[in-house]
Amino acid sequence: MTSKRAPGTRAWISIVVLLAIAVGAGPWASIARAADPIKIGLGMALTGGLAANGKPALMAMQMWAEDVNKKGGLLGRQVQLIYYDDQTKPATVPAIYSKLLDVDKVDIVMSGYGTNMIAPAMPIVIDRKLLFLGLFGLANNEKFQYPNYFQILPAGQNPAVEVSLPFWELAVKQTPKPQTVAIVGADAEYPHNALAGAREVIKKYGLKIVYDATYPPNTTDLTSVARAIKALDPDIVFVASYPPDSALMVQAAHEVGLKPKLFGGGMVGLQFTALLTKLGPKMNGIVNYDYWVPEPTLKFPGIEDFLKRYQARAEKEGVDPLGHYLPPWAYAYCQVLEHAINGTKSLDQQKLADYIRKNEHDTIVGKVKFGKNGEWETSRVLMVQYQGIETSDLEQFKKPGKRPIVAPDKYRSGTLIYPYSKVK
Amino acid sequence: MFSLDLFLNALAAGVLLGGFYAAVSLGIAVSFGLLDIANLAHPVFVMFGAYLVYTMNSRFGMDPILAGVLFTPLFFVLGALLYQLYYASFERKGAESLRGLVFFFGILFIVEVGLLLQFGVDYRLVEARYIGESLHLGPVGLPFRLLIPCVAGVSLTALLYLFLSRTFYGRAIQGVAQDAFALRLMGANPFKVKRLAFALASATASVAGALLIMIGPVEPAMNREYIGRAFAVTVLGGMGSIGGTLVAALMLGVAESLTATFYGPAWGVAVSFGVLLLALAVRPSGLFGR
Repeated sequence: MTSKRAPGTRAWISIVVLLAIAVGAGPWASIARAADPIKIGLGMALTGGLAANGKPALMAMQMWAEDVNKKGGLLGRQVQLIYYDDQTKPATVPAIYSKLLDVDKVDIVMSGYGTNMIAPAMPIVIDRKLLFLGLFGLANNEKFQYPNYFQILPAGQNPAVEVSLPFWELAVKQTPKPQTVAIVGADAEYPHNALAGAREVIKKYGLKIVYDATYPPNTTDLTSVARAIKALDPDIVFVASYPPDSALMVQAAHEVGLKPKLFGGGMVGLQFTALLTKLGPKMNGIVNYDYWVPEPTLKFPGIEDFLKRYQARAEKEGVDPLGHYLPPWAYAYCQVLEHAINGTKSLDQQKLADYIRKNEHDTIVGKVKFGKNGEWETSRVLMVQYQGIETSDLEQFKKPGKRPIVAPDKYRSGTLIYPYSKVK
Repeated sequence: MFSLDLFLNALAAGVLLGGFYAAVSLGIAVSFGLLDIANLAHPVFVMFGAYLVYTMNSRFGMDPILAGVLFTPLFFVLGALLYQLYYASFERKGAESLRGLVFFFGILFIVEVGLLLQFGVDYRLVEARYIGESLHLGPVGLPFRLLIPCVAGVSLTALLYLFLSRTFYGRAIQGVAQDAFALRLMGANPFKVKRLAFALASATASVAGALLIMIGPVEPAMNREYIGRAFAVTVLGGMGSIGGTLVAALMLGVAESLTATFYGPAWGVAVSFGVLLLALAVRPSGLFGR
């Protein structure tokens, strides 16, 4: 026997249930959303050639998320980082960001580390009109001029040029003024941009290029390159390289006796602890870019506390034990986002971008103000010279003196030893 | 900017580089050239060897070459076990071609991830008194960082050549490469012979790893850069020819170095692979292939 209910009764029950949902859904939904974390998505190089930097960068971002969550989160919600390993392969990046946006439904996307990894994410974020904070991309927005892109590398509004500008300014100040230049770099996005910028400055200063070449990124050895440069005896050798080839170039130059008046410029990797300690005295005299070193002219609020906590944790996690190169900047670009979310009380992409553009942001790497193309309004690229390194002891690099800033004058903390051969 | 000094130095650098390429390629020359096993995981074994050498060098200050030699028995045993697994899973069932390839890909990833977990992603280098110094012979400078890997690579090739051509087991390996069935009719067990050959091939990875980390910094994923190069050297040398492997490696090294010095480093690898294509067009079975 089945019970029969009048159709009218069933209809009424349905209406009541629907009304209950409609009335109740609003507050319940917002309570549920308030409990949901703010999801921040990114791809990061956790394996492959850039992983030596990618892992410490991710750790710094995790430290920021933990710091924020301890303070109660953002907009009353906890912060959750959702990340995938881009394997240092640009081809993986579009799929990662599509997944973050369409499957993980993240609220904010940030970039992974490096020019090569930022470039393939740009079309997606531009297409969806998203805020995009970049971590150490060189001139990624040069062609796009996308207004909602902001980049934490302090290379100024003309980054391809300004990343090496202090090197050239320093060179032309020397007496007698150097005349001839050799420029060399890997066949990859960053070295290409840096070399293009260098050519522009070289032309401006009336220097003569006697060697201009690139090499494949997986080159086993650079002795032949160093020797070819030596045969031309240039006054300046400018190198734009990635970590393995930076080490190979330092070793090759040392072995073939390459002694220009000024050597270095744009070598990525010499800032990493692993290479810094192993190459040790071979690096003495090289003038290379950096963004933060423990010199008295760069003491910003919070940086020392951050590094103390970072270094304790890095030891356990087996990542770069000094963390001077990228981690402070990875933490800082998260601070910019934090500042914008707190300032706008919103997750609206456009509002956040407008806020970031209009305001100055306090971070552990100092005050950050972006220019119209999303790059730092004023460049703060430093040139440091490796001096007095005698051993491979790690502790020496935690103190001032081994990497004094020799340019620009505003942050200068030491005197350039010139020419390079004087050190060798 | 041509000068005799520069030419001689470029030539020397190419020979040094070639000697190292030979050391990395030897394992592939035996496993792929003689046994017809496309061991894509060999370069990751080389990387594994490099990390073991790094550990001995950084913890105990042991000389890299000595450390590399010290670990060869371990690699020999690992190679034998790996072949046993490969044989039982694929070769015995006649499914070695494509599935075997996937198997070695899998091994490559497992070892690579293991290295990542154990050693992290930082670049690693070794220290030794002679790294950074050079031997000068007239106008030619030979950096020990490259000279020692070259000498070690050539010595390793010579030892393997002598073993394969002068010893009973060596000739058995050559025999199994030519006709495993005929070898079986002679009362020998092809499985055991192939296992020995594969183990020997794997043992060379330990020394090659030491040479690799002497030349420059390594990180776990770097092994993939050597897959193409090592197979190219093997094919150019002629499948199964150990002497051919050395000649091919020297040719590629010299082509790369001369191009980098006189024409521009961007073309170095392209020209050396151009040489490979040209040589194969003239001799499809490789320089010394039968």
